[in-house]
Amino acid sequence: MTDVTPDKIVSPVKEDTPVALQRRKLIAQGAIWAFIVVELIFFSVAGEYLSVSDKAFMDFENMLLLLKQSAPIGIIALGMTIIMINGNIDLSVGATYALAAIVLLDSMTWPWMQALGDSAIPLAWGLALLTGMALGAINGLLVWKTGVDAFIVTLGSMLGFRGLVFMYNGEQPTSHLNWTLVDFAEARFLGLHTATWFLLGVALLLWLLMTRTVHGRNAYAIGNNREAAVNAGIRVGPHMMINFMIIGFLAALSAVVFYSESGSVNPNDGMLFELWAITAVVLGGTKLTGGYGSVVATLGGVIAIQLLRKGLGHIGADTQTVNLVIGLILIAVLFLDRQLNRKGKQELRT
Amino acid sequence: MTDDVRDPRPVLRLEGIVKTFPGVRALDGVALSVLAGEVHALMGENGAGKSTLMKVLGGLHQPDEGTIYIAERPVKMTSPMHAKAEGVVFIHQELSLADELTVAENIFLGALPRKSLGRVDWARLYGDTDRILSRLNVGFDAKTRVGDLSIANQQMVEIARALTVDPRAVIFDEPTASLTDAEKVVLFEVIADLQARGVGVIYISHRMEEIFRITDRITVLRDGQYRGTLNTAETNEEEVTQLMIGRSLDLSRNASHHELGEIALEVRGLSCGKLFHDVDFHVRRGEVLGFYGLVGAGRTEIAETLFGLREPSAGEILLNGESVRIASPQDAIARGISLVPEDRKGQGLVLGMNCRDNMTLPQVGALRSGPFVSGGAEVEIFDKYHKKLDIRTPGWRQTVGNLSGGNQQKIVIGKWLSMHPEVLIVDEPTRGIDVGSKSEIHNLIRDLAAQGYAVIVISSEMPEVLHVSDRIVAMFSGQVMRTFTSEEVTEDSLIQAISGIEPGRAA
Repeated sequence: MTDVTPDKIVSPVKEDTPVALQRRKLIAQGAIWAFIVVELIFFSVAGEYLSVSDKAFMDFENMLLLLKQSAPIGIIALGMTIIMINGNIDLSVGATYALAAIVLLDSMTWPWMQALGDSAIPLAWGLALLTGMALGAINGLLVWKTGVDAFIVTLGSMLGFRGLVFMYNGEQPTSHLNWTLVDFAEARFLGLHTATWFLLGVALLLWLLMTRTVHGRNAYAIGNNREAAVNAGIRVGPHMMINFMIIGFLAALSAVVFYSESGSVNPNDGMLFELWAITAVVLGGTKLTGGYGSVVATLGGVIAIQLLRKGLGHIGADTQTVNLVIGLILIAVLFLDRQLNRKGKQELRT
Repeated sequence: MTDDVRDPRPVLRLEGIVKTFPGVRALDGVALSVLAGEVHALMGENGAGKSTLMKVLGGLHQPDEGTIYIAERPVKMTSPMHAKAEGVVFIHQELSLADELTVAENIFLGALPRKSLGRVDWARLYGDTDRILSRLNVGFDAKTRVGDLSIANQQMVEIARALTVDPRAVIFDEPTASLTDAEKVVLFEVIADLQARGVGVIYISHRMEEIFRITDRITVLRDGQYRGTLNTAETNEEEVTQLMIGRSLDLSRNASHHELGEIALEVRGLSCGKLFHDVDFHVRRGEVLGFYGLVGAGRTEIAETLFGLREPSAGEILLNGESVRIASPQDAIARGISLVPEDRKGQGLVLGMNCRDNMTLPQVGALRSGPFVSGGAEVEIFDKYHKKLDIRTPGWRQTVGNLSGGNQQKIVIGKWLSMHPEVLIVDEPTRGIDVGSKSEIHNLIRDLAAQGYAVIVISSEMPEVLHVSDRIVAMFSGQVMRTFTSEEVTEDSLIQAISGIEPGRAA
């Protein structure tokens, strides 16, 4: 038998060099931050002429407040990122958020909890967070065991969880103001508000989870090609379950941070949160089809949306206009992304 | 091939076609001339420029230089619609049919005959369709739902679609990739019929036997350049291969002999519903056991059962002499059984991930330091198999989807080798892989056996099975018909076995 030792075949197929690859990745991830810079410049300049107040838009305090205000949806959007990378979606986060808030505030009014004084606070927090995690686990278990699409499962649980919210207290708001809690929520450390710290902390933890751990790696693989993941011996169900529990936990955490300060929850609170969260995630470049996306870029998406809201308000636009503009920008951004990616693909398809 | 129908005037002629993409000269002065009533093979390795050339012809790419002549009239192809209007139609490798619609609706999709008020003229639609189908001699009618047809019949629907316009030239791109031998015969009849009507046929395929069976001339491309046109009757496989890759491909019988070890895997009476039944075989360390049979004979299903993807209904699997139950891929992997699946892109790789992550996917759990995956340990594994398997990629960061088929397959193989399996099952090791890389994969499989791995190779290509296997299991309709040793096997006996013909009773 003659031994065939093939010489190197020079293929004209263009393959990315590592440098080009890194550059492309950087551009893809940096796009949202570039967008933020554009927004800042635009609103600063436009604000000079159109502002309804005398304050400059780029005011440092104003920016810190912006971060704080992006926290409630931001924390949920970060969780939504890992769900979507995994190839799922969670529409029930808004309802989970409201239910966790009710548990937080109502539990502190229970006589035996009140008897505990301030040590009831961590307990109430714990209960609320557990509620979120349990609701997430229900979603995860249903998606895992029934094989029904996550969109359908969480559409159902969105209605169901919201039903629970109304069963709890009817149309009445649930209120309880604990001044220790309010102090904590309004506290600032190194200039940043408590809520901002939670937002950044969650972003850091999820970034580590998705880029550095086995769970993160497997979640990407499942989202990108579920069958190949199964063939590599990855158990798909448990990973999905974990992600749903994480987002349930985060929806509750978001509620805990927000309602510690406000002290009153309406049964309609958190409605449309799921859509705002998805908007932020998609704006950050994460793909609806799964397997691709970044936690950090979602943070950018969250800030970009909040900037738009605040900026448009600054130059005198009303809420309806703000929503219209955000909607248009979302579509424009995705269209642009599609055009750019199409070009990139044709280049490779030589 | 009858020469009398051949018209000396080309129906289609491409001259001096140049197409560059950023950084690449994909086509460099390529010429191709197809006569009326001729079957013209277009050959070349993956990346040689065949697809780009066909995209230029189909109006998807505009050439930088060069001219397309249709019936000796220069034409600027601006779009696929334009190409179709010029009578140039494509039968693509990947089917683009709507499963839920009927055959007729698919054939006339976008051009449904209409009555007033935009209503569909169903009578005419079905009438026209039946007329076309009768030309193709198929066993289904216009009202059949396309999703209910076999792949071969779906391909016939694609061909029927091409026949709705009176084509001047028909381009077949790897048409037999998913066809059984019997179905191929039908396809070749259709091609002969087109030929008899004076249509020029361009036939793109990697399969030499088909090329020599049905084509009149062969044009070879390499690295985007025209390498020559040969008369099929006056050439042979070796010459064509040499033009394609600049050297010859060895597909001789497996003749290497090394000591075989213990039995690594044995299967007794294994059954899985209607898919396969009473299957017995064993494979030793250092041995390559080939599985040959028609598509649907149950070979892939056996592999899937061994890998824990299917639950066997009866029978026993013994690993190193010990009876084992394999309930999931995790079980299989833990016991050292690994599977390189048939559909590399759909089942074997996470295309959006980089090379390193794909290779270490099944074992990242074991590569932790603290809570995090150790990137260094991963790169180490990648580097080792990158060198060992000679994977051509600029680095581990390269997205797997951008690699060529052969290199992708090596990533999948490397993924399992890095976990030191007991048994390696390779399903269709070289499907969709170009000629040059094929021999590399074949050598790799032989090498692995020589190193003491027990290897099971499932293949639909006879030369491949004969080339790599020490023994060959012939399957027919879910049953093992016969197991051959490489000394006793002949092509005839193998074909008889996989066609369900009892030995001795054959005419």
